[in-house]
Amino acid sequence: MLDQRRIEELSSGRDRGAGIRVVVGETTGFAHTADLSESGLVAAAQAAAAVAREGGGGVREIALGPLSNYSTHATLLPGDVDKAKKIELLHHADDIARSQGSSITQVQVALGDSSRRFVVANSDGVFASDHQVRTRFNISCVASGDVGMQTGYRPVAGTRGFELLTMEAIEDAARGAAHQAITKLDARPAPSGDLPVVLAGGSGGILFHEACGHGLEADAILKNASVYAGKVGQQVASPLVTLVDDGTVTGEWGYLAIDDEGRPGARNVLIENGILTDYMWDYLRARKEGRVSSGNGRRQSYQHLPMVRMTNTYLLAGESDADEIVAQTPRGVYVAQLGGGQVNTATGDFVFGMTSAFLIEDGKITAPLRDCNLIGNGPETLQRVDAVAMDFSMTPGTCGKDGQQVPVGTGQATMRLSGVTIGGTAS
Amino acid sequence: MAHAERILESAKGSEGIEVYLASGVETEVQAYQGGIENLSSAASSGVGIRVLRDGPAGAQVGTAWAGSLDEEAITDALREARDNARFATEDEFIAFARPDGVTGATLELTDESVLTTPLDEKIAMAIELERIVRAGDPRIRQVDSANYSDYVAEAAIVSTTGIRASYARSGAYLSVEAIATDGKSDQTGWGLSTGRAPRDLDIHEAAKDAISRATRMLGAVKPASMRCTAVFDPRSTATLLSIIGGALSGEAVVYGRSFFANRIGEDVASPLFTLVDDPTDPRHFAASVFDGEGLACRRNVLIESGRLKGFVYDTVSARRAGTTSTGSAVRGGIAGSPSAGCRALQLESGDIDQAEIFRRVGNGIFVESLTGVHSGVNPISGDFSVGVTGLMIRDGQLAEPVREITVASTLQRMLLDVLYVGSDIEWLPGSASGQSLAIEGIAVSGS
Repeated sequence: MLDQRRIEELSSGRDRGAGIRVVVGETTGFAHTADLSESGLVAAAQAAAAVAREGGGGVREIALGPLSNYSTHATLLPGDVDKAKKIELLHHADDIARSQGSSITQVQVALGDSSRRFVVANSDGVFASDHQVRTRFNISCVASGDVGMQTGYRPVAGTRGFELLTMEAIEDAARGAAHQAITKLDARPAPSGDLPVVLAGGSGGILFHEACGHGLEADAILKNASVYAGKVGQQVASPLVTLVDDGTVTGEWGYLAIDDEGRPGARNVLIENGILTDYMWDYLRARKEGRVSSGNGRRQSYQHLPMVRMTNTYLLAGESDADEIVAQTPRGVYVAQLGGGQVNTATGDFVFGMTSAFLIEDGKITAPLRDCNLIGNGPETLQRVDAVAMDFSMTPGTCGKDGQQVPVGTGQATMRLSGVTIGGTAS
Repeated sequence: MAHAERILESAKGSEGIEVYLASGVETEVQAYQGGIENLSSAASSGVGIRVLRDGPAGAQVGTAWAGSLDEEAITDALREARDNARFATEDEFIAFARPDGVTGATLELTDESVLTTPLDEKIAMAIELERIVRAGDPRIRQVDSANYSDYVAEAAIVSTTGIRASYARSGAYLSVEAIATDGKSDQTGWGLSTGRAPRDLDIHEAAKDAISRATRMLGAVKPASMRCTAVFDPRSTATLLSIIGGALSGEAVVYGRSFFANRIGEDVASPLFTLVDDPTDPRHFAASVFDGEGLACRRNVLIESGRLKGFVYDTVSARRAGTTSTGSAVRGGIAGSPSAGCRALQLESGDIDQAEIFRRVGNGIFVESLTGVHSGVNPISGDFSVGVTGLMIRDGQLAEPVREITVASTLQRMLLDVLYVGSDIEWLPGSASGQSLAIEGIAVSGS
């Protein structure tokens, strides 16, 4: 990490271990160990099997198929790139950001990469391995003005090697983060109350991740803890909404050749023209319903239990023109970048933060607004999608659920919601 | 420890080495529909190594970690840390902590009964918790998860600068999320009980909390936008204090990333507001004898009667600021380097309870849960906007439930607008305790 033009921290680490699940009826026993010797693995297996002690004994022969071996698409493996070269890139990004204006007083640039190899074997005969390589770069800027400080942020991340970080991508992010902070120095308080909102292509996808993505995960569905339970075949969104979760988008941050249960990543249509078509499934939840996993069983590491998680979740592009959507909005808010969000799947209420937003007045993007959250209810908000443009793009993010973090992508084209509650302070 | 000493002995010339060893055991039980849904047990250990090289313009530091304590992993980590140090910028302020003469407090933070309590008893607690919540009110239609979890964690820090510190802590938790319905819509509530061991836990307290929070939200409506006084419940207050604690980190301050920078001695809050960070108070679950660099934790007064008194520092941020460490280094496990942070924030209690606060406030909003804190609060600019569920306060009493609203202000403004601090302190997991807190002039966005 480069902070204040200094390389403050260069850190590397290594983790290795095994996680063992034993499933008996509705009960899962789980243990993990960093001891990969035979005795270490047996001890972990015994701990995981503790829940099964009531069951009958017996030995079952398991025929593992030949190993399905998957590998990374990365062409420049992180370990093969000289550390000095990575540092040079950070300094370059810092220079570019600072050159955008004298009000930029702070720049933090971070670069991280990971190489993750795993093998999954289970008693149904699944036997698969993969090598996942991910690279991530972020830049954060602080601009200082007469009335305080403002921030700007841009990530560049993908399931790729160092080739992801082209000079163009780095410079673009650095300029973007700096301009975002500088622009917000003149920001006024965001409005308070219900207004039409135009979401720029890319980070707006977080809306769908929160407004319905989590509610379409089968663990919440099977516990009847989601507002979308029992609604397959029903109209749950505006006809403009076709939502897909897609682990197969090569190179995207949420890409996976196989999920953490050995199931190949898949393209799953969740909502088609506003009609709910299916949920997302992992091994356990799918088994319970007598179907197959949709390739959405993911875990943060061997120390965590797999559960149903999204991969790359995106709204298919529409037919409108992005500029015309703005022009046809007399008064509203234009959100150029969204931050994170959060949802209560049982009630459907969600929030998401806007980190770069502007007023729309008379169909034109005008004054910048200070950061605030938007709040809505998933099923209601999905009905309010009244325009979707053609300018599709994706953004990387980190999704947290039950204390586990996994990389995900979200995407959409510029779109409009006819009304959302804006959590600002201006009347 | 023997491991760690051996690594220190390998230091070459003027090279500095710091070794952080951590290990822990944990158990987690999730009950569902009267049985066990998940039962996890695990033991883990690891090492984080920092290497310091002296150069003409200052020191360089490199870091590496390994998720195991076997010889090969440690040797690799040491080699990587040495290599990483070569690429760091030479910096006159970079240094390891040195013993500063402050003695660690005597704290009882580990209850060995976490390890001796039979697994069956722990499982039974989770199952019983779920049963009580389901049986507690006919409107409870689902218990999403009822969990028991515990841990015992140990850590040691040794360095070539003379640091020798080791400490341990245990914890046990019950948590439950209930879904209530009135036939038209659903609401959720979660309950919690925490302690150092299973015997400290109160199943009924956790159950009651979840049931009452879920059922009293039934029929919640979205109110019209307004500006009013907000009363934050103890959990929400703790969240608020953690955010403010972030801006009181010496690191954020020396880097100009805090709205408190250059304001020592100024009145930044209401005179009712006195905030300390005191990891030596064992009632805090994050209480600790030593900080993340092996210095003794101590009580630090941050804001006293509204006046900004000080910040929390680790060794490096203190050197940058021209002062000394306040024993406030925190680190996020073996993979994290030390940084300055609060770990046990406590707002000095007022002398009135929650009911009295409602009476004095008269009309306003009671904030029972916050969402979108990570996306709606900017600790650098101070902008604050979070999603809220809660209840209206009318004529000094709780009235109808409300949802799908946000409350907004700026952190700077909110500190000055504190009206009442409650006496109802709750000790919670995380870096802050909390009590009821009334703040005026909050913008509520609704329909």
